[in-house]
Amino acid sequence: MKIATICGMGFGTSMMLKLFIEDVFKAKGITGHQVIPWDLGTFKGQQVDLVVAPTDMKSHLKGSETKVVYIKNLVDKQEIEEKIVAAIKELESK
Amino acid sequence: MNNASDLLESLTRDHIAVNINVLSWEEAVECSGRLMVDTGLTQKYYIEAMINIIKSLGPYCVIAPGIALPHARPEDGVIQTGFSLITLAQPVEFGNKANDPVDIVIGLAALDKKTHLTALKEIATYLSDDTFNHNLRAAKTKKDVLNLLDSKRKET
Repeated sequence: MKIATICGMGFGTSMMLKLFIEDVFKAKGITGHQVIPWDLGTFKGQQVDLVVAPTDMKSHLKGSETKVVYIKNLVDKQEIEEKIVAAIKELESK
Repeated sequence: MNNASDLLESLTRDHIAVNINVLSWEEAVECSGRLMVDTGLTQKYYIEAMINIIKSLGPYCVIAPGIALPHARPEDGVIQTGFSLITLAQPVEFGNKANDPVDIVIGLAALDKKTHLTALKEIATYLSDDTFNHNLRAAKTKKDVLNLLDSKRKET
């Protein structure tokens, strides 16, 4: 699955999300996913399977056709794990 | 220092300020930015750029309860990759419903998408530990902060 982490510039918040998601995958033994940090501007129009973004980016991602997971606390691995694992399961069952 | 692969190498006492008094989030960001300007990490206009990005894109840089990680783009005046860290005497609101109010501000200057990664991960990992955040908020001097970072590093 191709997963995009999004923030305004593509190397602060989104990069942090990517690092933590990869940690979660590693810890859980989840493989086969590619996590790519993106800035909002260049992301538009990209084809991905899942989008992960901080909650406060909601207004910028409204109308997204791709499923978006919003994270409140970006250093909370538990929140990241719960939301992302659930989203992947949901997408894979489709 | 060009390759800020290690947080402690890039975060010296000149990059740290504790118990700062500010009245607004703009002032907090400005203060974290000033440390980066004074230590030669960024040009002066980087501060304005950080503030403008929050104004235009929203306060999503408040990444966790009480913690903000403001930054702008490399082309906004970054000279060298690095960080600044300030704690506030009184928390301020950034307008982030989930994570306001903020009393820890970590300024980031990234020259590209790679050189800051190891240090970013290091600081993010520290910040995911509530005890670390509690001790950081309780730090009274720069030395306290450096000791805290040092002991945390030894732990991991």
